[in-house]
Amino acid sequence: MSSETAAPPQRYIDALNEGMAAAIEEDERVVVIGIDVGAGGGIFRVTKGLHERFGPERVIDAPISEMGYVGAAVGAAMTGLRPIVEIMFMDFVGVCMDPILNQAAKLRYMTAGALEIPIVFRMQTGAGKAAGAQHSQSLEAWFAHVPGLKVVMPATVADARDLLLASVRDPNPVVFVENRRLYGSKGDVDADPLPLGRARVARPGSDVTVLTWGQMLRRCLEAAGEAGAPSLEVIDLRSLVPLDLETILASTRRTGRLLIVHEAVQDFGAGAEIAARVGAELFDELRTPVRRIGAPAVPMPFSPELESALLPTSKAVSAAAQRLVAEG
Amino acid sequence: MSTKTKHDAASSKTPPESQLFATMALIRAFETRVAELYRDGDIPGFVHTSLGQEAVAAGVGGALREDDYVATTHRGHGHCLAHGMEVEGMMAELFARGAGICHGKGGSMHIADPSKGVLGANAIVGASLPLAVGAAMSSKHLGQGRVAVAYFGEGAVNQGAFHEAVNLAAIWNLPALLVCENNVYAEFTDSRTMARIPSVAQRAAGYGIEAEVVDGNDAAAVCALAADAAARCRDGRGPFLIEAETYRWHGHYEGDAQPYKPDEEAASWRERDPLEVSGARLIANGEATGEELERVRDEAAARVEAAIERARELPPPEPDEAYADVFGEVPA
Repeated sequence: MSSETAAPPQRYIDALNEGMAAAIEEDERVVVIGIDVGAGGGIFRVTKGLHERFGPERVIDAPISEMGYVGAAVGAAMTGLRPIVEIMFMDFVGVCMDPILNQAAKLRYMTAGALEIPIVFRMQTGAGKAAGAQHSQSLEAWFAHVPGLKVVMPATVADARDLLLASVRDPNPVVFVENRRLYGSKGDVDADPLPLGRARVARPGSDVTVLTWGQMLRRCLEAAGEAGAPSLEVIDLRSLVPLDLETILASTRRTGRLLIVHEAVQDFGAGAEIAARVGAELFDELRTPVRRIGAPAVPMPFSPELESALLPTSKAVSAAAQRLVAEG
Repeated sequence: MSTKTKHDAASSKTPPESQLFATMALIRAFETRVAELYRDGDIPGFVHTSLGQEAVAAGVGGALREDDYVATTHRGHGHCLAHGMEVEGMMAELFARGAGICHGKGGSMHIADPSKGVLGANAIVGASLPLAVGAAMSSKHLGQGRVAVAYFGEGAVNQGAFHEAVNLAAIWNLPALLVCENNVYAEFTDSRTMARIPSVAQRAAGYGIEAEVVDGNDAAAVCALAADAAARCRDGRGPFLIEAETYRWHGHYEGDAQPYKPDEEAASWRERDPLEVSGARLIANGEATGEELERVRDEAAARVEAAIERARELPPPEPDEAYADVFGEVPA
């Protein structure tokens, strides 16, 4: 893309904003729809300034009516617009699953490609600030389980912008999962972005492959940087669908060990699917079984002390990596 | 319910009643044979027919422009036919053939032809409403002047999707024509027992939009109202709700024995057969003879029969078809 801004975005949240602005600017069919996204600038200010810059026809305030406006956005995507629709918290998606699950994901298929549904469902997660059980869930595995949806989770400032733009340009429905714990994080934009669907080796290493996404990338990089830690090759998955199994397998083949770290509940999570695939492909080459770290299978408690006890930490990552090395 | 809008056939262009009759005859022939074919095991899956409700599809379809959008329900064959979908492609789809309009991947409940503006039948009750509202949003945003029709049954109005979609159409002043086919039964249940206020049209006031009740077995009345309502939509006056009172002759699905319907109720509605209503008027007005109307019905039946014969001969989809169209190619 040809960004007209001189300075690269500094923060993840600004990169998202810039990505949306660039998408609106480059394609007149792009509209942003959501609760408080317009004049209010969004509950986390992700859409700040877009309403003033592009007007209420392009940045559209919706009532608290997710089933209605998400469904309407799907209908609009079927008929020539390219909506970026915001669901304020990922937890709220429960009230508007039908348009995503039964409409957006399936209508291209059921019409043998006659309908195209270019839509981005922006939503955010990110536990760790005592938001409680209904504002803290990472549900990306739900969507990855539904054929027809792409599932993207940017973990870096560069990806916040580049993956958002790639998602808008994609002719398919994309569930775009931001992490609000990263909104304030700073970084550089990438001059040569990886395409959507490719994982990124965030840090090369030789002893253990650590596969992660979202805010856990930071924790894994911290673990890799700890004194005395094994040499960790940290991979930022970037998208669950498409799944870049090739990059995961290439790295795991080299290290012989794979640790998957995600913020989502571990049971039946995306890590289980990846572990099964890697196990099936590399059974003879793995030095140890594939291990996973995720949140335990309990609703996220309100208490900050309880919450932080449940979320994977960098210490837990390095301890698990050390155990893997000790195992074989 | 509001009766502020005076629908006058002269004020909006509507097709002659003979054309509405021909559309109804086609739907009647199609649905009659589909019910038989389903019973005989020639058509797989689930099938919901619109026998008895042909006047709504023909009337609304006759009032629309070719480029208008239609989002419909699991009982959508009639709406698809009335909006110009081809009998052959539809029948092949119901037979689950590779040459079906959806390559055998949609079937009765998901039949669609976006090239004709038909965004599809939909197996989720109430789903047509937000989708049509979104299509209306596109039309308005792109300045196309296209109207988007959402067909739904009175059973759908207790879904949150109805409430949310109508409110959105209202606040965004969208060219959405909301057509409720009130056929009395929501699946197996008398829908009059499922709401304290059974009138769907009355609900419109709660959203600040206008609505009108029409005899859903009178295609000309439906068409006149729909033409006016569509003209309002195109004029930028926002959404309009039509409640068409009609009756489902068959069960919720084919094979439903309908023990829940009183015999006399079912019989009295059959006496008001929409084809007879229009046919009698055409004859009384000297616009057609009984023989001519019979010929129209025979021609419709022959067209359907030819589509059936063709569909029978077609092969099922190639196995690879199952894997096609999950995702579209990302442009380089």
